[in-house]
Amino acid sequence: MRYLPLNDSDRRAMLAAIGVADADALFQDVPAGVLDRPIALPAHQDELSVERAFQRLAALNLAPSSVPCFLGGGLYRHHVPAAVDHLIQRGEFLTAYTPYQPELAQGTLHALFEFQTQVAMLTGMEIANASMYDGATATAEAAMMATRIAKRRRIVVSGGLHPHYGDVVATYARFHGLAVERLAGDWQGIEDAAAAVDGATACVIVQNPDVFGRIHDLTPLAETCHACGILLIAVVTEAVSLGLLRSPGEMGADIVAGEGQSLGNATSFGGPTVGLLAARETFVRQMPGRLAGATRDVDGRRGFVLTLSTREQHIRRDKATSNICTNSGLCALAFSIHVSLLGEAGMRRLAELNHARAVMAAQRLAEIPGVAVCNETFFNEFTVALPCPAAPVVEHMAAAGVLGGVPLSRLFPEDPLMTPLLLVAVTETATDEDIDRLVATLSAALQA
Amino acid sequence: MATFSGNRGLQMEQPLIFEQGSPDRTAVDLPDVPAVGDRLGGLKRQQPVGLPGLSEPEVVRHYTRLSQKNYCIDSGLYPLGSCTMKHNPRLNEKLARLPGIGDLHPLQPVSTAQGALMIIDACARWLMALTGMPAVAMSPGAGAHGEFVGMAAIRAAHEDRGDARRRVLVPESAHGTNPATAVACGYAVEPIPANRRGRVDIGRLRAALAPDVAAIMVTNPNTCGLFETDILDIAAAAHDVGAYFYCDGANFNAIVGRVRPGDLGVDAMHINLHKTFSTPHGGGGPGSGPVVLSAALAPYAPVPYVVNEGDGLSLVEYAAASDGKPCGRIKGFHGQFGMFVRALAYMMSMGSDGLKQAATDAVINANYVMARLKDVMTPSFDGPCMHEALFDDRFLKGSEITTLDFAKALIDEGYHPMTVYFPLIVPGAMLIEPTETESRQSLDRFIDVMRALAARAVAGDAERFRNAPRFTPRRRLDETSAARHPVLRWRTPAVDRAAE
Ligand SMILES: Cc1ncc(COP(=O)(O)O)c(C=O)c1O
Repeated sequence: MRYLPLNDSDRRAMLAAIGVADADALFQDVPAGVLDRPIALPAHQDELSVERAFQRLAALNLAPSSVPCFLGGGLYRHHVPAAVDHLIQRGEFLTAYTPYQPELAQGTLHALFEFQTQVAMLTGMEIANASMYDGATATAEAAMMATRIAKRRRIVVSGGLHPHYGDVVATYARFHGLAVERLAGDWQGIEDAAAAVDGATACVIVQNPDVFGRIHDLTPLAETCHACGILLIAVVTEAVSLGLLRSPGEMGADIVAGEGQSLGNATSFGGPTVGLLAARETFVRQMPGRLAGATRDVDGRRGFVLTLSTREQHIRRDKATSNICTNSGLCALAFSIHVSLLGEAGMRRLAELNHARAVMAAQRLAEIPGVAVCNETFFNEFTVALPCPAAPVVEHMAAAGVLGGVPLSRLFPEDPLMTPLLLVAVTETATDEDIDRLVATLSAALQA
Repeated sequence: MATFSGNRGLQMEQPLIFEQGSPDRTAVDLPDVPAVGDRLGGLKRQQPVGLPGLSEPEVVRHYTRLSQKNYCIDSGLYPLGSCTMKHNPRLNEKLARLPGIGDLHPLQPVSTAQGALMIIDACARWLMALTGMPAVAMSPGAGAHGEFVGMAAIRAAHEDRGDARRRVLVPESAHGTNPATAVACGYAVEPIPANRRGRVDIGRLRAALAPDVAAIMVTNPNTCGLFETDILDIAAAAHDVGAYFYCDGANFNAIVGRVRPGDLGVDAMHINLHKTFSTPHGGGGPGSGPVVLSAALAPYAPVPYVVNEGDGLSLVEYAAASDGKPCGRIKGFHGQFGMFVRALAYMMSMGSDGLKQAATDAVINANYVMARLKDVMTPSFDGPCMHEALFDDRFLKGSEITTLDFAKALIDEGYHPMTVYFPLIVPGAMLIEPTETESRQSLDRFIDVMRALAARAVAGDAERFRNAPRFTPRRRLDETSAARHPVLRWRTPAVDRAAE
């Protein structure tokens, strides 16, 4: 058993040093009859056998990296530079624990401080934390945070918010005893979220670009909110868009929650990814999660520590701002390394490239008879209306080797208006040939 | 001796990334952007982000140098109690990155991801078999998130009977996430003290149990590294008043393959895949916290979940599609799939025989440390421990050396310290969890160092401890001023000056 260093003679010698006859004596506190009941599971296997088993399982899937892929809806396929995965697999990053002993974790802490800065810069906010589980939980925690700051108990959720995010907000709110008002899925982009606020409202949650791909100027909504003491929470699910769009902070957001997967991280069937949470500095004491901060050591040199932990569960227990402990550290590192590799110019160029390729694909799709692009505006994802239900079309296209998009009925199963709508994401990974195949397979599927 | 560069041999000083490079440089070559009109509706970014630009060699060197300022399980014994810093097999990393695994998209048609659902299903089946529980919710992001789901299911089950209840009983020795979770589920927390043997005081527990108690949250083996001897009575007492038994399974590594929590009366228990099942901690995450559930709680599991009904696997993504009564959705997609891959690879590699041996070896290693240190340090409780050995600061009495000083001195000796000041019920706690992946030789070297340090401490060599660490890239950091004047990000020097 390759992961276990002790052999039988070690065990015997150690048990003798402990002063017991056998290892079972160490389990003496386990109630009688409970120890070693049979467990019907296979025995250990060598590395090659395990690898083969996983290769067989992988072969049962259609690998998005092997086909034209236009899937989005919250997670996006981007090219991640080779250096990212190499660096995050250095054992010093991969196999370290949370940096509770800062003298032994300056690497992690320094990187987290840079991550926080990058997230704050990209979102246009003053500060950011060291990550949450994912974009959806970051959004829910942002909402909980807003209710504590505003000291009000009602949350308004835009119909442009990813429905899974709305569901997570609703779950958290239900158990916190908070009220949630969810506006209907706004595929036409006509919603007036400001009309839904009242004196009990703590926050309004809007997504930009929204789940249908539309880009919004949040400034008027921010002004309305602020006039009523309400916090505006802006959600970003496509972090690459921050390179090209006016930042949520610039448009008046008070808290920004986001999904950082697009930068540095694989889609990995939905996880692990990295939740982003940024805010105005005055709200810092209501923030959930870890924060790295700069300080000095006894010799006066700059160094980093985890700080303001009196917000956190390990100090404050039942009075903590959240129960979160383990976060998404390594995914945050991957995000940060990717952003460092891109730099200012690369970030802008990557975003422009995404947008341009999406514009090209949208133009081509609009030429298919019976297909209409619903969006006036978009970044790298847009909604198209088909003349028939989208879900079977997507199945057809997949059978032809193209992952053509996400049928919105999958995200809004209870809204019949979504049935013919298809959400198409186009990133820098889509080649001209991929777009040709998207158009051809969609045309063919519509005729089938 | 100060050097001219500030470096000391292999210890390199490294500026922040923002203090390097220039904006026109990049480490990512991208093709030209096709000239097509924009569809941004006039909402294009006008301000630069403010990021520095560096080439690939500069970025690689930056992060390589940062990495060299970290201690890690790859480089040494990492005896952090409660954290289970065991070896992270590299096979797992390789498999999580295979095409058809790492690149899968959560919203690709389910018909094109049958292998992925099989991985989730297989991981779930291993966890159910090892815990002896009939159901498992796979989507929680880490242990605390699993606690949330377990407690949410408990609340939902009570509410379903029209009796939400009010209180949750949590031992004082519990991890901070337990009380924080109970509050997040709308409950009032009532602490239960420990007895003199480091276990839940069952008399006090019984006295606190009443029909308004929704659940007890008990860690087993507990945070003192001890098996709760009265566990069956504890479960029965809770059940007698209609409360559920939530078990914090963070310490499952001590008993995996040998004791099934389902045989102990547990109703819900999270499992930290990043502890017992070897997925890496990554400097703080990501983790994964599946929560096993009893038959009574299973209907309240959150969406999404995988259903295996013979003719292919399917995914239930919405409450309306469920034949249960889901407590909601708690994560964006289907859970920490990449961690399921790693944990399943680990379980298949170890097998039921290997897991049982791992638990046994973890317990042997901890008891060996206990046996060889108990004459020079002060064990907090009598009798054998499970996977971690708990000491306190009584042996330091009169030395003017604190637990923290002792931990910092260990750093100078090339070791990551044990967990300190946790559990809270033991003053000056030092919780040592060697795990099963340390060899006897490695433990002997560690023990020799601990004995030598304990001897110096008792001899009154306070300087050595109070000035430690001396050999790390940074020495003790001023945490008080960090919290009093938080600096949570870099700002351009001009902005920084203006703020002062
Ligand atoms: C006893 C105990 N409970 C709960 C947790 C929380 O788990 P996680 O960090 O995975 O959220 C931990 C780990 O830190 C723990 O040690």
